Amino acid sequence: MATEALGWWGVPLGILAGTLRGSVPFLLVSLGECLTEKSGKINLGLEGTLLFGAMSAYAISYLSSGIVGPTLAPWLGVLAAGVAGMVLGAIHGWLSQQPRVNDVAVGIAMIIFGGGLANFFGKPFIQPQAPQLPTIPIGGWSDLAPVQSALQISPLFLLGVAIVPLMSWFFKSTRWGLYVRAVGDSPDAALAMGISIFWVRMASIVAGSFLAGVGGASLSLFYPGVWTERISSGQGLMAVALVIFARWQPWQCLWASLLFGGAQALGPAFQSVGIDSYYYLFNAAPYILTLLIMIITCSPQRTLAGAPGALGKDS
Amino acid sequence: MSDRNRSFRLSRRQVMRGLLATSAFGLTAKFGTGCAQSPGTGGTTADGSTAEELVVGFIYVGPKDDFGYNQAHAEGAAAMAANVPGIRLVEEASVPETTAVAETMRSMIEIDGAKVIFPTSFGYFDPHILALAEEFPDVQFFHAGGLYQEGVHPKNVGSYFGYIDEAQYVAGVVAAHMSPAGKLGFVAAKPIPQVLRNVNSFTLGARSVNPAATTQVIFTGEWAEPVKEAEATNSMADQGIEVITCHVDSPKVVMETAERRGVMTSGYHADQSPLAPEGYLTGAEWDWSSIYTELGNEFMAGKTLMAGDIPHILRGGLADNFCKLSPYGSAVSDEAKAAGDAAIAGIESGELVIYQGPLKTNTGDDILAADKSMKTDNVELEKMDYFVEGVIGSVS
Repeated sequence: MATEALGWWGVPLGILAGTLRGSVPFLLVSLGECLTEKSGKINLGLEGTLLFGAMSAYAISYLSSGIVGPTLAPWLGVLAAGVAGMVLGAIHGWLSQQPRVNDVAVGIAMIIFGGGLANFFGKPFIQPQAPQLPTIPIGGWSDLAPVQSALQISPLFLLGVAIVPLMSWFFKSTRWGLYVRAVGDSPDAALAMGISIFWVRMASIVAGSFLAGVGGASLSLFYPGVWTERISSGQGLMAVALVIFARWQPWQCLWASLLFGGAQALGPAFQSVGIDSYYYLFNAAPYILTLLIMIITCSPQRTLAGAPGALGKDS
Repeated sequence: MSDRNRSFRLSRRQVMRGLLATSAFGLTAKFGTGCAQSPGTGGTTADGSTAEELVVGFIYVGPKDDFGYNQAHAEGAAAMAANVPGIRLVEEASVPETTAVAETMRSMIEIDGAKVIFPTSFGYFDPHILALAEEFPDVQFFHAGGLYQEGVHPKNVGSYFGYIDEAQYVAGVVAAHMSPAGKLGFVAAKPIPQVLRNVNSFTLGARSVNPAATTQVIFTGEWAEPVKEAEATNSMADQGIEVITCHVDSPKVVMETAERRGVMTSGYHADQSPLAPEGYLTGAEWDWSSIYTELGNEFMAGKTLMAGDIPHILRGGLADNFCKLSPYGSAVSDEAKAAGDAAIAGIESGELVIYQGPLKTNTGDDILAADKSMKTDNVELEKMDYFVEGVIGSVS
C-alpha cells in the first residue's frame, strides 16, 4: 500500500477521472438520442434501453466467458447490448409511428418495458462476476498510482469520441444525413423528395438505440462494472435532456457529457478532502446544472435554435 | 392579431400531452422496479394431520442476491422456512419505500393469507406498516429497525434489530492492525443513527489499537447509488486510505472497486470475500437465521405479539447471534486475528464496553465523562447524531 495521499490534488484528479469514467453512458446515449431526434422523433425509452443493454452485456459476458474466454466475452457482451438496444428501438420505432400515437407516451412505456425486462432477466446475474472490458492505460508517464488509475480510458469512451466527428460529418455532408435532417425538419418536403419517412425514422431510432445499448454495456462492463437493478439511476433520462441543451449538435453532446460525468464525481471528491458540508448539494450538481442550463437557454419568445422542425409534432 | 399572441401559448393537445407524460412518469416510479413474487419455497406440511400452515411474508427493498442487506434477510427467511415445519414463505423483492409496499403487504394478507409479515427495509415503517397494522389487527408485523414505541404504535407491530456495530468494532480492530498509516475509509449512505453508530464503533475499534487512526466518511446520499459509491471508493484510494468499509445496501461496487485499486476492504451485511479475494479482511455480517428460526418456532407454538408472548422489541449483538464476523481473509496477520478474537470474546462476555468515557465528538463536544459508559443496549446510542473523535466528516 505505497499510495501517497494526494490531498487537494485529489479534487481535480477525481473530477478528471470521473469525467473519463462517468461520461461514457451519457455520451453514447446522448449521441444516439441526437440521431433519433434529428429524424423528428423523441425516444425517452433510452433509460430502459440503457438498463436492458447493461443487463444483456453483463449476462452475455458472464455466460460466454466459459466458451470464448474472458478476453473476447466482454466484447460479445457489448455487441449483445447493442443488438438488445436495437430490438427495443425497433419496437419504439414501429409503435411511435402508428397513427395518432404519441412518441413521448410510447417512450415512457418503453422505459417501464425495458427496465422491467432487464430486471426480470437480470435476476440470476446480480451475484456473479462477469469479465470486464479491458482499459487502455495512458497514465504510464506518472509514478503516482492514483494518476495511473485515473487515466484508464475505456475503449467505449474512445468509440464515443470517434463517433462525434463522424456523426457531425454525417449530418452535414452526406446524402443520408440530409435525408435524416429533411425527415426531421420538414416531413412534407422529404416526402416530396421521395424519401420514406417511416424507414428513415425507423433506421434513426434503431441506430440510436444501438448506441444507447452500448452505453449500457459501459455501465455494467466498465464503470462501475456491476449489474444491479438501479445501475442507471436516471442517467438515460438525463442524457435525453442533455441533447436539448446540446442543441442537437454531436460536438456539444460531447462537451455536455463530459460536464455531467465530471459533476458526478464532485460530491465524493470534495468529501474525501474534508469539505463535508453541503454534500447533498454537490451530489445534486448534475441536476442543478440541467435546470440552470434549461432556464438560461429556454425562452418562451422563440423556439430553440437548432431544434428539428418536426420534433414533437404528430405527423 | 392572432399571430402576435403566438409567442407563448399551449395548445390543448400540448397540455394533454404534458399531463399524460407526467402521470405516466409517476407510474414508472411506481411500477418500474420490476417486482417478482416467488412462490412459497418452504415445505407445505407433509401430512394434513399437523397444524395448518402459516404463511409468512417477507418484503425486501432490493434484489435478494445483492451481496448485501437484502441477501442477509433472504438467507434468514430461507432458514426459517427450512427449519420450522409448517411455515410457508411468500416473498417480494425490489419493493420501493412508497405506497408500493402498502400494496404488497395488502396483497400478501388478502390474497396469500399471510398472518405474519416481515417488511425488512427501514423506510417501510412509518407510515406504511403503521397504517396496515391498524387495518389488520390480527396480522403481526415485524420491522427491522427498532422504531417501535410502547403505547404509541399498534400492538401487533414488533421491531427487532441487531447491534451490528459490535461487529463493526471488531472489524475496526482488525482494520487498524492491518493499516500501517491508520487511514481508514467509510462509504456511507445517509446520516441516520444506525449508520453513524457503525462509523463510530468502527472508528473506536480502530483507535483502541492505534490511537492516531482516522476514519474518512463519504456520504453518497442514497442506499443504492452504484456510480457514486464507485466514485467515493476511488477518491478514498486517491487519498491513500488503506482499508475501506461501507454501509450501503449492496457493498458489491465498493468491494470490487477497492480490490481493483489494491485497497483492503472490510465487508458489511453479508460475506463479500469472493468479491475481493486479495484485500478482504473481515466484515460485519447479519445473522438472521437464528433469530428468524426462533421467531418461527414461537409462531408455530401459537405465540403472538398481541397476546404479549413475543416481546415487541428484540435486540441483540454478537452474543445473541444477531450478527457475526466474516471469516478472516488471507491478508490478515496472526496478530490481527488474535486481537479480533479477543475483542469478540470481550464483547460477548460484556467486559468490553464500546462507548466508554472519556469520549468526545469530532467537533470537540463531550459525549461521556471519564467515569461514564454507555452499554450496547443503551437507547441513547440509538439517537446518535454525532461522529466521535477520529472520524473525518460531518453529519449535516
